[in-house]
Amino acid sequence: MINLKINHIPVTVPEGTTILEAARIANVEIPTLCYLKDVACVGSCRMCLVEATGARGLVAACVYPVAEGMEVLTNTAKCRKSRKLTLELMLSKHKKKCLSCERNNNCELQRLSVEYGAEEDHFGSDEPIHPLDDSNPCVVRDNDKCINCMRCVAACRKQHVGAIGPIDRGFLVHVGSAGEVALKESSCVGCGQCIVACPVGALTVKSNIGEVQAALENPEKKVVFFTAPSVRATLGEAFGLPVGTNVEGKMVAAIRRLGNCEVFNMDVTADLTIMEEAAELVNRIQTGGVLPMFTSCCPGWVRFIEQTHPDMIPHLSTCKSPQEMFGALLKTYYCEKNGIDPKNLFVVSVIPCTAKKYECKRPEMGGEVDVAITTRELARMIKTAGIKFCDLADEEFDNPFATCSGGGTIFGATGGVMEAALRVAAKTLDGKFEVVDFPEVRGATPIKEATYKVAGKTIRVAVASGLENAEEVIRGIQSGERHYDFVEIMACPGGCVNGGGQPSLPDSVRNNVNLKEERAKALYTSDKHNKIRLSSESPVMDAVYGEYFGSPNSHRAHQVLHTHYKADPRV
Amino acid sequence: MEQFEATCAGCQALGTPEQRAQLQKVIAESKSTPGCLMHILQEAQGIYGYLPMQVQRVIAEELGIPLSEVYGVVTFYSQFSLTPKGKHRINVCLGTACYVKGSDKILEEVEKELGIKCGECTEDGLFSIDSCRCVGACGLAPVMMVGEEVYGKLTPDKVKGILDSYKEASK
Repeated sequence: MINLKINHIPVTVPEGTTILEAARIANVEIPTLCYLKDVACVGSCRMCLVEATGARGLVAACVYPVAEGMEVLTNTAKCRKSRKLTLELMLSKHKKKCLSCERNNNCELQRLSVEYGAEEDHFGSDEPIHPLDDSNPCVVRDNDKCINCMRCVAACRKQHVGAIGPIDRGFLVHVGSAGEVALKESSCVGCGQCIVACPVGALTVKSNIGEVQAALENPEKKVVFFTAPSVRATLGEAFGLPVGTNVEGKMVAAIRRLGNCEVFNMDVTADLTIMEEAAELVNRIQTGGVLPMFTSCCPGWVRFIEQTHPDMIPHLSTCKSPQEMFGALLKTYYCEKNGIDPKNLFVVSVIPCTAKKYECKRPEMGGEVDVAITTRELARMIKTAGIKFCDLADEEFDNPFATCSGGGTIFGATGGVMEAALRVAAKTLDGKFEVVDFPEVRGATPIKEATYKVAGKTIRVAVASGLENAEEVIRGIQSGERHYDFVEIMACPGGCVNGGGQPSLPDSVRNNVNLKEERAKALYTSDKHNKIRLSSESPVMDAVYGEYFGSPNSHRAHQVLHTHYKADPRV
Repeated sequence: MEQFEATCAGCQALGTPEQRAQLQKVIAESKSTPGCLMHILQEAQGIYGYLPMQVQRVIAEELGIPLSEVYGVVTFYSQFSLTPKGKHRINVCLGTACYVKGSDKILEEVEKELGIKCGECTEDGLFSIDSCRCVGACGLAPVMMVGEEVYGKLTPDKVKGILDSYKEASK
């Protein structure tokens, strides 16, 4: 162990710890911009410069290792002067359209500039030179706001996508795709991890708020919302509530106050996905179909397979995602039942995900979901509408799509789809199977493996989140080192709770709080308290199958609830 | 020159079978060495005269790294070119010594004489113009290089004669 002092506070830390990490233990915050825990650590932005004994000049705390007897000072005139200068240099190239910026009041550059008294025009201001790239259906890039911290590049490479990188040198450096092609033409899968990594407003989601507002004000349209499982676990953060607060009731109440609409629970079609997917898995196992079967609810993951491993497409479940199943269910079953012309039904999906925006525009989905908006966009709509979110009394989802099983709810966390599917598949194979908790597949461990014995059969499963880990699983399967029957993959590390459409929290929070675990807890608590744990035991499933689909994987279910994929190789 | 144009015209193919084989050989030889990207790019530029996107794509695939990473390196170093170069590559030195001796006027004259800008290649593929920072011949400033040949103590009126000698030679 190493003993050192940070601002005269003694701390003892293991060898190899950086000054930044040691400072955290001493409750000293050192400002950072390019550093992001678990994602980026290169020491390039020079915000975290500190004085340390034994070092020449100031050192970057995020990469500098501690030493025995070291004395670190983080708040000297020299440090403050250096940070202020660094900020002013960044500001000289930054398009300072703060008032209209989506990240206003939630911008790390803005916060630090205030804290260090940086002058925005100390070095003058450049004319904007970079064209806005809004070609991609998920992500918008405004390089004139970019401070070249490269956190987005690190996040994209960690996702094993690598669609973006630094281009050119010196003053001309900017982030873009190879050959300067628009993001749409790149290998971007739309996961949005770059957006939540961005400290400023250079990366934002492509907003669809205008379309939703227009539909709400159009008397010809009947508007229905449905909210994905993880949105209730994160929306509160946008209103200052602690990470991991379940705001389901307030969320429903707030959406209802946006205009004349109905609010449904997407956990219901998570249940429906499980009904179809578990049946598909059992069928593949019993008939010798292609195994392992991969889950298909994550559009970023589906896109990754289509682009990077098209030969693995037969492994993907043919089930549509819960979002698309809901769209399909609403525009068929629901419209028929209620005598609504599907053309007049405007379906809004509220999701934690940016890739879902692309998914609902896929031609084979037939526009069943009109618009997908992220948690962030919903929060903005609620704020614009002047709704006092935190003071709202809890309300319930609208019928007939209100009641879900706990299995549907945990879809929002890595391992949730697997666990929900296991509950139903095990019960299908062995009617006496009573276990509903599968702790082996829970938690944010990058790759989880488990083996279960059901009705004399051995089922080997794997769960991975983050495309970097997905890639490892795929390679293992291809090389014959890994053997599974069923694999759940979520593109975002930790699953949807950590999706690219979730509230942007500053690095001061992201570097200190385990967002994945805290947000997931809210979902598992809800599951635990739900009287219905199995998707197959939800009364809504009885209704939709009894009245419409017959049985899982029936002809009609295949027509409405399943899809197909297309190879689209990209580097 | 015919081969060269066949490469850049389509940008689909990877040049002649010989060029393709050379590229594959270079990659195979260096692939396992850490930090081999720079070396492979240098060799590839030697083979093709520049680094077409298709060549970069092959290198990225073979090394298992994102194309964006390869492109980042190519655009970082001024020695790498994304556009085809002429048979005779002109490099006008704009380093300090040459610059104070008026090499900007030399560059202007070359551009005027060939009707292209710095960084471009003439339509007939004979010349391309680039600028560089110091070729280590400051005593001869201002200096320009045509291929490996160094021309020193230049004045704008000498430029036409030099270029004409290359035009003559390739007739």
